[in-house]
Amino acid sequence: MQVPTRHARWVRATHGAAALSVVVLACSGGVILMAHPRLYWGEVGNDLTPALLELPISRNHRHDGWTTPTSIAPGDTASAGAPVSASRTFEIFNQNGWGRSLHFLAGWVLFATGLLYLTLGAVSGHLRRALLPRRDEVTRRQVAREIGDHLRLRIRAATGGPDYGLLQKSAYACIVFVALPLTAITGLTMSPAVTAAAPFLLTLFGGLQSARTIHFALWALLLLFTFGHITMVVLSGFRRQVRAMTVGE
Amino acid sequence: MPPRLRLTRRDALIGGLTAAGGMLLTGCATDLPPTYGHLLRMGDNLTYVAHRALLPGQALAREYSRGDISSFPAIGTTNPADTALPTHHPEFAPVYAELRRGDFADFRLDIAGSVARPGTYSLSDLKRMPARTQITRHVCEEGWSAVAEWTGVPLGHVLQAAGILPTARYVTFQTFDRFGDNIDLLDAFHPQTLLAYGMNGRDLPVPHGGPLRVRVETQIGYKSVKYVRRLLVHDAFDDLGANGPIRNGWSWYAGI
Repeated sequence: MQVPTRHARWVRATHGAAALSVVVLACSGGVILMAHPRLYWGEVGNDLTPALLELPISRNHRHDGWTTPTSIAPGDTASAGAPVSASRTFEIFNQNGWGRSLHFLAGWVLFATGLLYLTLGAVSGHLRRALLPRRDEVTRRQVAREIGDHLRLRIRAATGGPDYGLLQKSAYACIVFVALPLTAITGLTMSPAVTAAAPFLLTLFGGLQSARTIHFALWALLLLFTFGHITMVVLSGFRRQVRAMTVGE
Repeated sequence: MPPRLRLTRRDALIGGLTAAGGMLLTGCATDLPPTYGHLLRMGDNLTYVAHRALLPGQALAREYSRGDISSFPAIGTTNPADTALPTHHPEFAPVYAELRRGDFADFRLDIAGSVARPGTYSLSDLKRMPARTQITRHVCEEGWSAVAEWTGVPLGHVLQAAGILPTARYVTFQTFDRFGDNIDLLDAFHPQTLLAYGMNGRDLPVPHGGPLRVRVETQIGYKSVKYVRRLLVHDAFDDLGANGPIRNGWSWYAGI
């Protein structure tokens, strides 16, 4: 079946809604991370336990505003590494009141957009035609030539439609079918109501803090994709590409 | 102009989404928390309605073993008697200080509102009720988590002992500091929702809400209100004004 030469109206509409919600999610997610810029692995992680990664992104980074830790270990054994507690005396940066609510609102918009996109994409055949590589495309010679062209920045001129190149298809498919769903699921693994109903999510990702760390890594991946995506739009003809994905000319 | 007879794709989409939204909103909750026209609060309510519609409300949060008990920061109010803290309550800070001097022997939990038998309960009254001990994970909205063992009486038991009335819909926790909050009856009667007086096998330490705090294991940490002094059972939603989350820009429902 032929690939259309123009982006369908629903593709342009869902692209716009997705782009807007991803920007809002990235910004509000950054604000949320600033409230606790430490990442961990496993179920548990807090200021009194060691971090996997500490990000210097707010005044909360390595603040020393804690009272002397005292043991809260069950029983009388106060061995090394036993659980302790300390009270916070430092007023942290925390804008999570609006940060969290905005993050979830944008999440709802992206979820609805994604559902609409996948439904219309499956029904119309767009996903199969435009995003999945054709069998004859995936040959060693073709793949090598595509990679070589990209490394030498020999970029095809904009066509203004969904007749994507092999690497382009693969990148879009990874984002649509893997990265975005995984970001949503790791996000939901941080919800105590959701994990009460679906505790296997905690098992799947190795704990709440692991899910949070993976959620952050996926955000970094999406950021990388966005930079690559915009770079390719610029290199292949910015005006033509933006017009094609917005007004559809 | 002749009347348009064909249903366009746009009509179908708009009609379908409106109908779905309408069903979602009317299907479960008759009175939702107020939004005051705030877009973010509407999003919060969407999450609340979706969770109530899609999740089994009485599913138990994962419980852990004693070996999983971890270090646990104390944040927010860590001593309601400390009048230097901006979170202290001018009226109740001295009351709390006095109770603490007596090791909370004179502490009384007050239960009022839509109950047949309003009254007061001492800590030993509460400890004589059926107890539940659970090792659960506390998730703070800030992003950190900690595991601890909590011992207390299921809130649902206390509400039934007080004769909760059939008109009741929400339970408010009034505290010794400036914060208060409330939960719906689905969370109030969740088997893991406790009025906790013990942590890790000892009396609940003051920085963690002693002598009595709430544990709501299906919501984020700030719903597990510390320093509870009074339960107020409501028939209608109460945003608690400046003491509640909504007027301070926070979501009332924090299951996510």
